[in-house]
Amino acid sequence: MAEPVIQVEGLSKRFGEVVAVGGVSFSIAPGMVTALLGGNGAGKTTTLGMIMGLVTPTAGSIHVMGVDMLKNPQAALAQMNFSSPYVDLPGRLSVEQLLLTYGRLYGVRGLRERIAELARDLDLGELLKRRYSTLSAGQKTRAALAKSLINRPRLLLLDEPTASLDPDTGDWVRRYLSAYQERHGAAILLASHNMVEVERMACDVLMMQKGRMVDRGSPAELLARYGRTTMEDVFLAVARGEAMPALSEPVA
Amino acid sequence: MSGGILGSARRVGAMVMRHYYLIRGSWARILDLFYWPMVQVLLWGFISQFIASSGVTGFLAQAASVLLSAALLWEIMFRSQISLNMSFLEELWSRNLGHLMVSPLRPWELALSLFATSLIRTIIGFAPASLFAAFYFDVSVYAMGFAFFLFFLNLVVMGWGIGIALAGIVLRVGMGAEGLIWAFVFALAPLSGIYYPVSILPGWCQAIAAFLPSAQVFEGMRAILLDGAIRYDLLGRAAVLNIAYLAGGVAVFLLCDRLSRKSGRLMQLGE
Repeated sequence: MAEPVIQVEGLSKRFGEVVAVGGVSFSIAPGMVTALLGGNGAGKTTTLGMIMGLVTPTAGSIHVMGVDMLKNPQAALAQMNFSSPYVDLPGRLSVEQLLLTYGRLYGVRGLRERIAELARDLDLGELLKRRYSTLSAGQKTRAALAKSLINRPRLLLLDEPTASLDPDTGDWVRRYLSAYQERHGAAILLASHNMVEVERMACDVLMMQKGRMVDRGSPAELLARYGRTTMEDVFLAVARGEAMPALSEPVA
Repeated sequence: MSGGILGSARRVGAMVMRHYYLIRGSWARILDLFYWPMVQVLLWGFISQFIASSGVTGFLAQAASVLLSAALLWEIMFRSQISLNMSFLEELWSRNLGHLMVSPLRPWELALSLFATSLIRTIIGFAPASLFAAFYFDVSVYAMGFAFFLFFLNLVVMGWGIGIALAGIVLRVGMGAEGLIWAFVFALAPLSGIYYPVSILPGWCQAIAAFLPSAQVFEGMRAILLDGAIRYDLLGRAAVLNIAYLAGGVAVFLLCDRLSRKSGRLMQLGE
């Protein structure tokens, strides 16, 4: 079996008395889209933050592509990337300047060619010279996506990738991400509240509640297990504590 | 892709270019580089002219030109510190820090890029003001020769030491500490003996001044301008203190980065 892209063991994070993440363990296989689901305060963002090295865990271990994130994060960070509508990019820089900056930070070879390729794929040609702050929400999402793909990441972490986008643009982004994942065999870890997105993109779903991993499975498996017809209903069942007792223990 | 000295140099260069793009595209930021040094030169230049033209002789007549030189040298230290902190704050204001911190950029590389950007911004701001002082007020800091280069270096490095420690505190405490960036260095001004000898300070203030590189530089500047003597002892002391403070400042920055990741503050600042 191929080495997991992400291997998390006994991961915990306490903020004072508050347990944000309480001993979760899971692994993510390469070349898969995995969704991380949970209500507000479930611990998704903190878990993502720990995987990216932004938050130091209280206990546990994280290996990304075999690299210990607590000891040598930069070795893994060069092969991953991240996008979130809640983490902005410098508005006064043009899209081209942004991509040049991040391309250099990630050590991308043939950077000009890579930017031209992304501009073609993401329809950014007209926008390259425009300041990021002057773009519409949809254009910003495409520019941010270009930044997150600049280094051809083997692991892409996405936080609400289609939040605030109209359905058409959202659909376009989902199709593009799926195509990228298939073409490059990349793994995508997706935190989202958009259940349609999860059903369409993810082949594996991790469900968190109150800092614990309460269930895991493919969308089809979860629908069958909870006897629901949509992932939205599954999400509500878990968020409202209607998870089956046998599944309320941490899931590895 | 991320390792080695060349990789570090490339990432530091990327950050310097990022700030170059930012400044190049903003008239307000370009103007800000020149504005305050020029205001200082005009203010102290006219004060110096007024003193010189009021019929004073001896020490006071000499002191007139010393005032403008002192104002210019103080501007080097202040520009160095504030430029470093402005570059750092730009990342917080644009909510870009999260992207940087999940890139292969190491915290010490971020610190190095802030030093480099600070140096460039300081030179860009200082050069026109000092040249204007030389041509319009006939007071040239460059007349101090090689000693000026050593003064410049010491003051820039002192600004870095203070600036990087303050950046660390903002990283740890959050934007609530932003006020420190604007105010802290002015607390050192009275003790640095910019416009007067340290010897007129009370004993306990002199004791503190002995540990300020800026106080050594301004004493050294007066020794050159008033006595024509280069005080290498003062320059050496300033250099030793600066090495210690720069190391301390970087240590504070790296410690605050670590504490900020531990407390989850870094993620909040990055969003």
